[in-house]
Amino acid sequence: MAEPLLDLRELQTHFQTFGGLVKAVDGVSFNVKAGEIVGLVGESGGGKSVIGFSILGLVDPPGRIAGGEIRFDGRDISKLGEREMRNVRGRDIAMVFQDPMTSLNPVYTIGRQMDEVLRLHTNLDEAARRIRCIRMLEDVGISGAESRLDAYPHQFSGGMRQRVVIAIALLAGSRLIIADEPTTALDVTVQSQILKLMRRQVQETGAAMILITHDLAVVSEMADRVVVLYCGKVVERGLTEEVIRSPAHPYTRGLLDSIPRITDRQRRLRQIPGTVPDIRTLGAGCSFRGRCAHAQPLCAERSPELAPVRGSLDAACHFPLQETL
Amino acid sequence: MLGYTIKRLLQMVLVLFVVSIIVFLMMSFTGDPVFMVIPIDSTQAEIEQARRLLGLDQSLFSQYWIFLSNLLQGDFGRSYVFRQPAMDLILERLPATIEMVLVAMAFATVIAIPLGVYAGANPNRTASRGIMAGSLFGISLPGFWVGMMLIYFFSVRHPLLPSSGRGETIEILGLRLSIFTADGWSHILLPAVTLALATLAIILRITRAGMMEVMRQDYIRFARAKGASRTHILFAHGLKNALIPVVTIFGLQLGDLIAFATITETIFAWPGTGKLLIDSIYRGDRPVIVVYLMLTAFIFVVINFLVDIVYTVIDPRITVK
Amino acid sequence: MQRLLSSEFVHNYRHNIPAVLGSLLVLAFAFLAIFGPLLVWQDPYDVSQLELMDSFKPPVWLEGGHPRYLLGTDGQGRDVLASIIYGARISAFIGIAAMACSCVIGTILGLISGYYGGMLDAVIMRVADIQLSFPSMLIALFLMSAFGNGIGMILIALTAVGWVVYARTVRGSTLSEIQKEYIQAARVAGLSDTEIIRRHVLPNVLTPLIVVSTIQVGSFILIEASLSFLGVGVPITEPSLGLLVKEGFDVLFSGIWWTSAFPGLFIMFLVFGINLFGDFLRDELNPRLR
Repeated sequence: MAEPLLDLRELQTHFQTFGGLVKAVDGVSFNVKAGEIVGLVGESGGGKSVIGFSILGLVDPPGRIAGGEIRFDGRDISKLGEREMRNVRGRDIAMVFQDPMTSLNPVYTIGRQMDEVLRLHTNLDEAARRIRCIRMLEDVGISGAESRLDAYPHQFSGGMRQRVVIAIALLAGSRLIIADEPTTALDVTVQSQILKLMRRQVQETGAAMILITHDLAVVSEMADRVVVLYCGKVVERGLTEEVIRSPAHPYTRGLLDSIPRITDRQRRLRQIPGTVPDIRTLGAGCSFRGRCAHAQPLCAERSPELAPVRGSLDAACHFPLQETL
Repeated sequence: MLGYTIKRLLQMVLVLFVVSIIVFLMMSFTGDPVFMVIPIDSTQAEIEQARRLLGLDQSLFSQYWIFLSNLLQGDFGRSYVFRQPAMDLILERLPATIEMVLVAMAFATVIAIPLGVYAGANPNRTASRGIMAGSLFGISLPGFWVGMMLIYFFSVRHPLLPSSGRGETIEILGLRLSIFTADGWSHILLPAVTLALATLAIILRITRAGMMEVMRQDYIRFARAKGASRTHILFAHGLKNALIPVVTIFGLQLGDLIAFATITETIFAWPGTGKLLIDSIYRGDRPVIVVYLMLTAFIFVVINFLVDIVYTVIDPRITVK
Repeated sequence: MQRLLSSEFVHNYRHNIPAVLGSLLVLAFAFLAIFGPLLVWQDPYDVSQLELMDSFKPPVWLEGGHPRYLLGTDGQGRDVLASIIYGARISAFIGIAAMACSCVIGTILGLISGYYGGMLDAVIMRVADIQLSFPSMLIALFLMSAFGNGIGMILIALTAVGWVVYARTVRGSTLSEIQKEYIQAARVAGLSDTEIIRRHVLPNVLTPLIVVSTIQVGSFILIEASLSFLGVGVPITEPSLGLLVKEGFDVLFSGIWWTSAFPGLFIMFLVFGINLFGDFLRDELNPRLR
């Protein structure tokens, strides 16, 4: 089998704070194959975004990548210098941010911000760059693209801005797109449009995508595979259908139970009791045990390792769930 | 845009009108100017005569009306001391002041903005902390004292630079300017540095604060994710956003520089409007003070107007109403 | 006030070297200003204590210096250190008193403006806007030239330029405060306007003023020094630090630097200390900046 496009091995990203060392990403491993969409799921504060920033080398002090490898196309990009990394960013790997209201620079036109990527990463002349920008804007569904190039971000609605952000991410033909909560800040009606757009674009260009979200419903629509994170660790991963149908980790189950479903109207929505614990004070044992209905004495003693459960599913749980939803 | 400009122009006229009232009122409270114009041994009748000539025997309101209509007709009064039109006196000295203020502003900006960008982009570095401590020193310095100490070191102790006066000037477009001669530069250096220090510190601090705010924004991360270089991010993406508050401060500082030029000009015997103002205050030369105040008020109002225009150029979100 | 004394504040203060340094400077100056006259042996304004023979003595570490005159003497044989200490009292008094006047007047106008709104608000804020577009220094200079010298006149001039910043700050916080429910409740409960302002609005708008006042004392001291330097500030009989510098100006060209250098240095460290402390307060009391 060919090597995956992106292969994260035991990634560690730590933040040195006044209150102590925060292991925001603590030994995370997963891979992404070309053309595939992988969903990264977890509650806020679970270290999802930090993984995205780690891949691009955008973790700022007091944070740093403390260990592990980020293999992209066969080489470990976590060890690259700033100059080499700049060629990876935007060209090989692009990123879409959560809030389209703030991810575009307010004082430059859309055209200029799009052009910037092409100027940095291609040798096209100005006219060719302009044509490419117009075509890209049309591709993401912005009408009157040519005249829109001279517009400023504040003249666009939130959904339109996110389309622009996606256009910028796709512009240089990146092979991996990291989308960090791309629809969270948008209206529900706009959300599904944007998701469809992203899915279509990924399929057309053959790029891979990491979709970071707290919303398993979004993932179930979009992703081929799912990686569930809790307290900086992978607690479960596998093919999307299998994770959705028969989750092995109680945390995944909890996340699924909190999504409304059309199939069973009677069922009351449940939420996971408690909140994400303070990562600094975890100690030994499973970090989910405080909120887990199935916790046993063993869970407090030993931290579970990620291990195959059944089919494509790997889970980090001493007592994986067996039932099917 | 046209409507906005007209509205702003009307506002400017209103401000100048208010200023003229205040200036007039303050001036009428300060002693009797009649004693400035008459010989010491004048008789009572002569005093009354002078009073009538100056219009001082009329009511405050009609005095103001005469004052205002004279202003509007371009008659700004004659200096009691120089027996010349006050406006001519001031216009003659204005290039010297503007020259010094602009050189000081240029010094301040050229040094402050790069330092401010650096300190704002790397707030935790030792160098940044040093820059900030230095800038706090800068705003704590009494400008006149700095000027004196510069004179002591560079003119008295080590006679390198002249301590007073304006150097050789050449006439360009009818203005006598000294910044095109070496002698002129040797004269303008010390006063301009003295004047620039406080402004430098303030622009630096505002730039830094703006950069710190801007560097936290998502669009900076997005620009980094695009693969842009650090310099490009700092100056193209960061600074342009951070400049918005700097522009306001720039306008205010230009005003402050004109105000503090009075002190600097006094110390360095710089033949500008500021020194003229202080001399006129000592001599009670009321018409000159009035013209100076009206003219500076006019300059400030114009600066504020320009600042608003520059805003709309820098920040496309601000649309003129 | 409780927030000011909370432990986090104290903790942050102790770990902020500039803040500690700043307040130590301010405290040292306060001590000098209060007890200084007891520490120096000469009252520089008592002519009988002056020795004309000792005029223009350099500081003690230079050749010709006299141990009695630590920082040298001026043309009348006055001890520069003693003059500075007496002058600092005047400078500090003017800075603090003018700040207090500005604060009281500005706060009252700001409360009226924010609480009642309407025409009064429009007028007050318009005046404030116009005034803010002119440099404080120039306004003060103009007022002083109209009023003439004197400490009372300086206080009036500084108050006239200083009230604006309080009025605007207080108006802003008042506007956001009176929208809160407890004020509505107090209104419904039948409290009078003055009662509501005094008991509910005022305590809540004061915190931001702490920073403004601190910084303002520093800038007032500088403006007063500048005015006195120009000769339109304090009278010669009550020389502040700025006037001391001015008096030193004439003899500077004959190489006598100490009569102007030390008073200026003193102003600088005094204002620097105030600004250091003010900076710390701003960071602490303005959570938005953290």
